[in-house]
Amino acid sequence: MSWTQKVLRVNLAEGSCTSEPLNMEWAKLYLGQRGLASKYLSEEVDPTCDPLGPENKLIMTTGPLTGTMASTSGRYSCVTKGPLTGAIACSNSGGFFGAEMKYAGWDMIIFEGKSDKPVYLLVQNDKAELRDASHMWGKTAWETDEMIHATHQDPQMRIACIGRPAENGCLYAAVMNDRHRAAGRSGVGTVMASKNLKAVAIRGTQGIGNVEDAGAFMQATNDAKAVLAENAVTGQGLPAYGTQVLMNVINGIGGLPARNMRDVGFEGAENISAEAMAEPRASDGKPNLTQNNACFGCTIACGRISTVDPTHFSVKDKPEYQIASGGLEYEAAWALGADTGVDDLDALTYVNFLCNEDGMDPISFGATVAAAMEMFEDGVITTEHTGGVELTFGNAEAFVAIAEQMCQGGAFSEDLGLGSKRLCEKYGKPDLSMTVKGQEFPAYDPRGIQGIGLNYATSNRGACHLRGYTIASEVLGIPVKTELNDTDGKPELVKAFQDATALVDSSGLCIFTTFAWGMDNIAPQIDAACEGDWSVENCLETGERIWNMERLFNEAAGFTADDDKLPKRLLEEAIKDGPTKGQVNRLGEMLPKYYEVRGWTPDGKIPEETRKRLSL
Amino acid sequence: MQKSLHIDPGKCTGCLQCEMACSFEHYGSFNPSRSFIKVFTFHNEGRFAPYTCTQCDEAWCMRACPVDAIGIDHSTGAKVVYEDKCVGCKVCTIACPFGTINYSQATGKVVKCDLCGGDPQCASACPTSAITYVDADWTGYDRMMASAAKSLPSAEATA
Repeated sequence: MSWTQKVLRVNLAEGSCTSEPLNMEWAKLYLGQRGLASKYLSEEVDPTCDPLGPENKLIMTTGPLTGTMASTSGRYSCVTKGPLTGAIACSNSGGFFGAEMKYAGWDMIIFEGKSDKPVYLLVQNDKAELRDASHMWGKTAWETDEMIHATHQDPQMRIACIGRPAENGCLYAAVMNDRHRAAGRSGVGTVMASKNLKAVAIRGTQGIGNVEDAGAFMQATNDAKAVLAENAVTGQGLPAYGTQVLMNVINGIGGLPARNMRDVGFEGAENISAEAMAEPRASDGKPNLTQNNACFGCTIACGRISTVDPTHFSVKDKPEYQIASGGLEYEAAWALGADTGVDDLDALTYVNFLCNEDGMDPISFGATVAAAMEMFEDGVITTEHTGGVELTFGNAEAFVAIAEQMCQGGAFSEDLGLGSKRLCEKYGKPDLSMTVKGQEFPAYDPRGIQGIGLNYATSNRGACHLRGYTIASEVLGIPVKTELNDTDGKPELVKAFQDATALVDSSGLCIFTTFAWGMDNIAPQIDAACEGDWSVENCLETGERIWNMERLFNEAAGFTADDDKLPKRLLEEAIKDGPTKGQVNRLGEMLPKYYEVRGWTPDGKIPEETRKRLSL
Repeated sequence: MQKSLHIDPGKCTGCLQCEMACSFEHYGSFNPSRSFIKVFTFHNEGRFAPYTCTQCDEAWCMRACPVDAIGIDHSTGAKVVYEDKCVGCKVCTIACPFGTINYSQATGKVVKCDLCGGDPQCASACPTSAITYVDADWTGYDRMMASAAKSLPSAEATA
């Protein structure tokens, strides 16, 4: 079984918490987490609604494997209509919160309506109630976490909450859990704030004792753990270096964008890489990296725990930041670093702390600052706007000052909180926004790596590497190597990655396992845990169904093929130098074929026969 | 040959596989709240420490129990709680200097590590060998070995 088969419905307008049975018919078609919650959202929310209005809902959701002994079983997601994009949003997070939700007896929590005053949800097993959070409004996520722990005197309580940027309307605010972990993308934290919901605190002691076939499950999960341990990426690279193992690799192949993607290749990449994080520094002889850490149930442990050099300008007068805390992962190091041209590892680590402390997506934040920097250098944005900050590329002091402004609600924070698309439109430079569907790019340049460009353009939640990580194939050769600059075969590759990812995101497992696991490692774990047919074939079809369902939501929200596009810069401004010199992204060669392999019409619509085939 | 659990907190990543394995072995469910081994997180230091019963020879818990509900499993040396005798008075939890015997609301009895009858599941589940099950006489020898390594002429190269 593995599902708790219970949904907690919280009506914030009425202040009510009610239990209802999980729709098991839907669970058999959509598995859990991303897929199942997206089904609930599609059925319950008008896709044309205002994402920050009371009619939008926020669903916190686990997968059937969340909280089990399967490796990486700590995942949960926030599913809603995203304010940054206006598209369906699903932001996935690790840490310990998701497992605790399962142990308290809930597969998902659906928040609807809006509370008239700030509240937090307290869940202790079957008991759920809304409590006053007026005294927490205006506090950071870390302060909120501490206040709730102090109130309830339960160190085992797991908390997800929002910080100040969410309250201030920043469109890429995250829902933070367990201090360092984030449902980071698409502004799910902003939706939480719009409902006057400050935090969710959960304590669960019921455990999961209902896996379908315990013997087969333990066998399947043990076999799969051995595969992770023996694989070079998941067994060695990620534990030792984290995702930051990619910084020098991607820079080396000519795929690392820099300075708002004006350039490809960053001369400071080495200074902000995993290798630099392991290097002892002059002041105290300690490296930036304290140690690696794991999310719940994870046998990979790619997480970074870091310290900032205590003599560094950013923290030298701030003892509260001279602690070990969540360190840089690759996407954050790129967005905060290469994309802003800042190669000061300590400045980036400090800003990463701030993003965790106050709940901001570091990818969207860094990329939005990068767009602002380009406009500052063009003279469109001036110190009048920035509160006196000289916001030039590569200026670490300016970057730290602007990040502090962002958290504290300073002069330029309202503009930066708009995200890159709206910011560039506001200042009359829409072409400088490096976004798809309003969401900022992550750390792989689609001019240097063709397939990832098609994935960005067609991603249901806007530009995102985690919707179809073709980098695995195009750069790392997993499961097979495809050429960076080829467009042939990329539509099929993108579809395969997108569908498989949708399934993994619906299971409770982490997508990073797929560096080592294929569906033939994943399906047996789901099949042993859950009733129903979870063969490899059915898992892949389920993934495809989920992808198409998300697309249908977006279609109903007003998105068309016109939104499956990349910024002009990536299609027309060729890479100036390095190993990928002269390249642009050739989306036009890939998109029609992509629609075809998906069984969509030439204008990107999902026809009746494809819906029927996928039981949609 | 007697064996002991050996814990190296420096290797722990805080994943809680050990806690799930323990609860699954004893209760058939994945439920860290009922695990006999606990991993503690020290946030500001960024460190994790698994901790459980060291199976003292002269066990305080055993001596303190007024109803002889704690005995020795002679095959492993583990101190075990006889549930049918335990009255839930908690005196053992006060007597134990390490806090590794604990009261359980779920049963009204005390619970502690029993070494899983000689095949401790926490050690099997630990992905980083932070928890191992070793010859009891070897306890501490890894640190002795590390110290010994420093005395080698080529200490700088290998220690």
